[in-house]
Amino acid sequence: MSPAGRIRGKLRWSNLYSFACFRPTVLESEGLHPLGGPGFSRVIYCNQPRVHQRKPLKYPTNYISTTKYNIITFLPKAIFEQFRRVANLYFLMAAILSLTPVAPFSAVSMIAPLAFVVGLSMAKEALEDWRRFMQDMKVNSRKIRLHKGNGTFGYKPWQKVRVGDIVKVEKDQFFPADLLLLSSSYEDGICYVETMNLDGETNLKVKRSLEVTLPLEEDAAFKDFTGIIRCEDPNPNLYTFVGNLEYDRQVYALDPSQILLRDSKLRNTAYVYGVVVFTGHDSKVMQNSTRSPSKRSRIERKMDYIIYFLFTLLVLISLISSIGFAVKTKYDMPNAWYLQPKNTTNLYDPSRPALSGIFHLVTALILYGYLIPISLYVSIEVVKVLQAMFINQDLHMYDEESGNPALARTSNLNEELGQVDTILSDKTGTLTCNQMDFLKCSIAGVSYGMRSSEVEIAAAKQMASDLDGENSEISGMPMHNSRIEDPWDNSGVGFAGSEIELETVVTSNDENEPKPMIKGFSFEDSRLMNGNWLKEPNTDIILLFFRILAICHTAIPEPNEETGSFNYEAESPDEGAFLLAAREFGFEFCRRTQMSVFIRERYSSGSPIEREFKVLNLLEFNSKRKRMSVIVKDEDGQILLLCKGADSIIFDRLAKNGRMFEEHTSRHLNEYGESGLRTLALAYKKLEEPEYTAWNSEFLKAKTTIGSDRDAMLERVSDMMEKDLILVGATAVEDKLQKGVPQCIDKLAQAGLKIWVLTGDKMETAINIGYACSLLRQGMKQISITTMNTDLLAQDAKKAVKENVLMQVTNASQMINLEKDPHAAFALVIDGKTLAYALEDDMKHLFLSLAVTCASVICCRVSPKQKALVTRLVKEGTGKTTLAIGDGANDVGMIQEADIGVGISGVEGMQAVMASDFAIAQFRFLERLLVVHGHWCYKRIAQMICYFFYKNIAFGLTLFYFEAYTGFSGQSVYDDWYMLLFNVLLTSLPVITLGVFEQDVSSEVCLQFPALYQQGPRNLFFDWYRIFGWMANGLYSSLIIFFLNINIFYDQAFRAGGQTSDMASVGATMFTCIIWAVNCQIALTMSHFTWIQHLFVWGSICTWYIFLVLYGLVSPIYSGNAFRILVEALAPAPIYWSVTLLVTIACNLPYLAHISFQRSFNPMDHHVIQEIKYYKKDVEDKHMWTRERSKARQETKIGFTARVDAKIRHLKGKLHKKYSSLGVQNVNTTS
Amino acid sequence: MKDFFLVDSRFSQQELPACKPMLTPGLVIMAFIFIGTIFIPIGLVSLFASESVVEIVDRYDKGCIPEKYGKHMVAFIQSKETNKTCLRTLTVPKLMKNPVYVYYQLDNFYQNHRRYVKSRNDKQLRSKAYASETSTCAPEATTANGSAIVPCGLIAWSLFNDTYGFSVKNKALEVSKKNIAWKSDQDSKFGSDVFPKNFQSGGLIGGAKLNSSKPLSEQEDLIVWMRTAALPTFRKLYGKIEVDLEANEKITVLIQNNYNTYGFEGKKKLVLSTTSWIGGKNDFLGIAYLTVGGLCLFLAINFVLVYVIHPRPLGDPSFLSWNRNPAGHCTYG
Repeated sequence: MSPAGRIRGKLRWSNLYSFACFRPTVLESEGLHPLGGPGFSRVIYCNQPRVHQRKPLKYPTNYISTTKYNIITFLPKAIFEQFRRVANLYFLMAAILSLTPVAPFSAVSMIAPLAFVVGLSMAKEALEDWRRFMQDMKVNSRKIRLHKGNGTFGYKPWQKVRVGDIVKVEKDQFFPADLLLLSSSYEDGICYVETMNLDGETNLKVKRSLEVTLPLEEDAAFKDFTGIIRCEDPNPNLYTFVGNLEYDRQVYALDPSQILLRDSKLRNTAYVYGVVVFTGHDSKVMQNSTRSPSKRSRIERKMDYIIYFLFTLLVLISLISSIGFAVKTKYDMPNAWYLQPKNTTNLYDPSRPALSGIFHLVTALILYGYLIPISLYVSIEVVKVLQAMFINQDLHMYDEESGNPALARTSNLNEELGQVDTILSDKTGTLTCNQMDFLKCSIAGVSYGMRSSEVEIAAAKQMASDLDGENSEISGMPMHNSRIEDPWDNSGVGFAGSEIELETVVTSNDENEPKPMIKGFSFEDSRLMNGNWLKEPNTDIILLFFRILAICHTAIPEPNEETGSFNYEAESPDEGAFLLAAREFGFEFCRRTQMSVFIRERYSSGSPIEREFKVLNLLEFNSKRKRMSVIVKDEDGQILLLCKGADSIIFDRLAKNGRMFEEHTSRHLNEYGESGLRTLALAYKKLEEPEYTAWNSEFLKAKTTIGSDRDAMLERVSDMMEKDLILVGATAVEDKLQKGVPQCIDKLAQAGLKIWVLTGDKMETAINIGYACSLLRQGMKQISITTMNTDLLAQDAKKAVKENVLMQVTNASQMINLEKDPHAAFALVIDGKTLAYALEDDMKHLFLSLAVTCASVICCRVSPKQKALVTRLVKEGTGKTTLAIGDGANDVGMIQEADIGVGISGVEGMQAVMASDFAIAQFRFLERLLVVHGHWCYKRIAQMICYFFYKNIAFGLTLFYFEAYTGFSGQSVYDDWYMLLFNVLLTSLPVITLGVFEQDVSSEVCLQFPALYQQGPRNLFFDWYRIFGWMANGLYSSLIIFFLNINIFYDQAFRAGGQTSDMASVGATMFTCIIWAVNCQIALTMSHFTWIQHLFVWGSICTWYIFLVLYGLVSPIYSGNAFRILVEALAPAPIYWSVTLLVTIACNLPYLAHISFQRSFNPMDHHVIQEIKYYKKDVEDKHMWTRERSKARQETKIGFTARVDAKIRHLKGKLHKKYSSLGVQNVNTTS
Repeated sequence: MKDFFLVDSRFSQQELPACKPMLTPGLVIMAFIFIGTIFIPIGLVSLFASESVVEIVDRYDKGCIPEKYGKHMVAFIQSKETNKTCLRTLTVPKLMKNPVYVYYQLDNFYQNHRRYVKSRNDKQLRSKAYASETSTCAPEATTANGSAIVPCGLIAWSLFNDTYGFSVKNKALEVSKKNIAWKSDQDSKFGSDVFPKNFQSGGLIGGAKLNSSKPLSEQEDLIVWMRTAALPTFRKLYGKIEVDLEANEKITVLIQNNYNTYGFEGKKKLVLSTTSWIGGKNDFLGIAYLTVGGLCLFLAINFVLVYVIHPRPLGDPSFLSWNRNPAGHCTYG
């Protein structure tokens, strides 16, 4: 027991603070807990962990494992997972059947590729699982102090912690298991807990122990401590706990406030002692963890259909083949004496053709299996892992501040990034930093604070540029009449100018602004700083303002060794900002005792005076009250009520004589609001002793009431006190936008993405941020859907509210439908309560159809669950790809629900990142992630899959044609090894390079032309037209390859030496043609050749020849008729080479003609841009380049640029009027 | 997971120097013309080579059946008593420079049938040590009493057994049977210590018998036959005539018509052919080259025409989608 740790321990918070007031101190009878379900079946003998080593009290250890497999289960489970894929199962069946005489190939040629493919996938699984295992190990081996007996504590790893153990957790340590709090370094047994990892909330929560266990406050006290806990069974409910503690022959009820949950962190408390209640997977957080749903991309889902199609084709040609075989066997085979038809097995029995046919069906199904690309899945997996590696490696998405790179956590959604249609974004921590800067204040009707908010700066820049635009429009008017007249043409001079302006805004926002000296305090006004406020009028009110800032809060000061001042642990970042501000103004909150708050007041340059304010009562903040108050007694004995709260609430509660500054203050509040600031109003009231005493007795009565109406009573009593206030002023705090957010949103909007903001914040704040991000702008028609303010919970009231919401939605829809101006933009703002109605089944589609017609949608005050519901609604209602981005645990639902979940990494809680598919350090990286990587990955994967099907059709069908020439007997013309290597080696690497390295345009162009992104959401590269086009190409190639070869090698000698061709040489030649054709095809498909592509494409062709030579060198026992085939038979034959050339060209000719034609007469955007780049037109004609860049965007109504557009339209409209009125006729061009 | 180290290389940033070939109209037209100009000469040369080949084809399966067996061809060929010699006369159309290759051509004979192709054993053929290795040879693996057949399997069993004797002006033409098989087959696949054993000694006699005193490596007819053909119509090398045959010479061929193609309605043809660098007579290759080459030129002309009629300046931004189809019109050019 260190004495230092007990200094603050003298506090008895419960005597003073309302934390206790909401909880009666008397023992709650068990009857209050309706014990449903499991009951008190769990028994824990405290401090006797040995008891728990035997059944039936043996509980799981604290070892946690999040791995999917262990050493024993890995093989069976992983293999099972692999063979859940239809294609793999098919190949497994084929491999098994290849051991029977039915198989057309040797067993090894079937089993080897399957083993390779499955082995590779399993290796990937194993690697991922190993990573998880290592992560678990790290957690499991964290050290914690554990009671070893006789009152001594020693460090042990977490995994050794058992139920019943006494642990001592120190400051800033995580709790190793769910604990029952026994005592803490504070005398009254409270402790502060940060539950960031559980619910994403950053504020500290207070836990307190039972009174009876308070004496257990030092190590030695546990020497003889015993007790029995009976409690509920493990369950995932974080906010409930039912149980009791039997201690000293007394039974005490336990409730959630004594339970410290695993993965939360001890804060502001030197240490606590606790008994382990739930360990390992029994703990609430582990019970709560759900395995994130496995997501598959749209392309992959479509690919399944192609595979089904190919299966159908496979079955079809197998049927044709087996019927053909049965017929041949019945009618032709009896005559073919050389086959000894009378001496056959069932496989070739002419007397039982049907049976032979059925056997042959199996043979054919295996033989034509090359239609199904066995290596497709594994190639895609390899490609995606490599793509993910490039995403992780991208330095443009590396955050230098936090040192976090982008992280593709699940690689199987890479291409989905290129198809996103709607982004659902969290606000706090995602769009904003969740760092509050005290920026302005209004005291006694005077506004202070010189510095502008980001919104103001941006607006000012915008105004300036708009003005420029206007000037240039006017000056350009006589020359460019037609341009200005044409309302569709927004490419005029003004526009080009505005884009440049936009860029300057971008840079100036980031760099030119001097950084505030103190984080959280950006206030700049010499009138108040350095004690100058004493020279202002209304000094007493200013003094009061500062005191309210310094006193009215629930924060705790922490001495900061480095600076000598204090850090504040506040419940909300706003409060922290106030305290910082107060400190800077000279009112440093330095100490808090159980009775008092101490403020060091420094007027001008004198030495500080420490003043004590006795805190009599604290009326807590909650979302319903939207205000908090403290009642203090100052050193003069004056009792004061200090109150801060939402402006609307405070204004309602002002006294008649307290409205002196109301008019000014409310004007200031409006101004602050428009500047995107969060505002609060401050007020006070002087109390007389008797008035207070009377009220306090009421309050105490309410506080000690038992039962459900306690809260209501407390609220009523508080309400009585918080009225007749006198307004002091207002504060404005900036919720800082993250770096680059407006620019990123602008680009994303130009790329045609819709952005919804889902936030837990209140409507005003959300709207302010909406303005700051240009999601909202002046002139946008704002549709606000809210519920009537009713507290009635009765059934009919609900119905009425619902009808009201329905009416609002319908009216809004009608309004939009009736709108004739094509440029009119609507914004939908809806709050959580209303959303609950709007998301009900019968209304959600109506709501969705309204929402999708609006340019921006902002949902405020939504719960995590509602976030997920909205996401699901958008995902399922529109059928388009959704992306959810967020940073906190409250976004986890949304992140898991969306097609793609993106987590913001670098914040302390990792919940969102752990649930996400991609993690980026800053919102602004989303632009590059989608517009560059998404675009590339989508095209790569789409092209890759198309090509895969092409090559396998081209190859597989030649086997089928050949069958017709062999009496459908199931003989393949190729050597088994050729076929084995076809998918595994000879054609797999080029397609992987296509999937990994292909770039249609460079990353700069992707960013400069956001409109290119729309190729993904419109799915231009993986539509059925394209897929079937590729398949047709495969069909054509197979026909060309087969029939040219067959006709050329029909019966004539192919060598000058008179030798005729046999099956081996025909097979090898045909295969050579295939290798050339498919590899040249992929070379034609690529538009980006680095040395890697060259190496793999041409290398594959070389590999084939090398293989053939090597294979020919192997003993003929293994190589059979392929022995020395290239060296001896084929290579010296000119016809071999000329056939290769002929077939290769003939196969690729139609494709070449097609793409050339398409390119020439129906060029896609990336074609034209490639050409511009190719001819360096972008350098020569900079004006054109800039102009096109500015136009390369989807029509959008949100973002900076849309703001500018709207402004220009506005100006043009004005100009037009002006010119018409002047009678200028030539303006009117109608061409 | 934090231990990432990022590599700032052009590779990791996907900025490797790359060539980005572009299908400009010029390039496309050039490519088509280029292919055309390469292919048409190749086609012509091939056709010319094919034309230079002189070939005599004589179908003799029907003609070699005496008339009284006209309806019972199978009985004729299967009977041991019938006289199967047959005399045919061929006329040399043009000078045939030596070597003149003699082929037999069979039709409707599925040498590529899976049952047939598999019915052999390479190990046994290669080495004496594996004489009893007949695992894949069913149904011609062993004799009735269980001793292994060498060479085993249906392929060897059904060895072609017609023989041809050539004479010009009553002077016999030497037919060389040397070097008609692939060298590698003789050296490595058919053992010089492997002698036929129990071959054609069972109840069913398939085709030719083998001289059991000659090792397999010297049985070139067998080696040629064992290279199974890819298609049901195939030619196999019978021998070489190593003298020139003058134009209009009459060649008398004495055929021993032993091989049963009548059962499966196959044809038998005797082929005498010279070769050129493309091998035998093969017009198809030349025609295919000419077709593809012609097609390329046709495409090239089309592209040229289309560009003349409907040119699109390269890199013209007016073709960008946002310029082509906004709700209005665009007059930039």
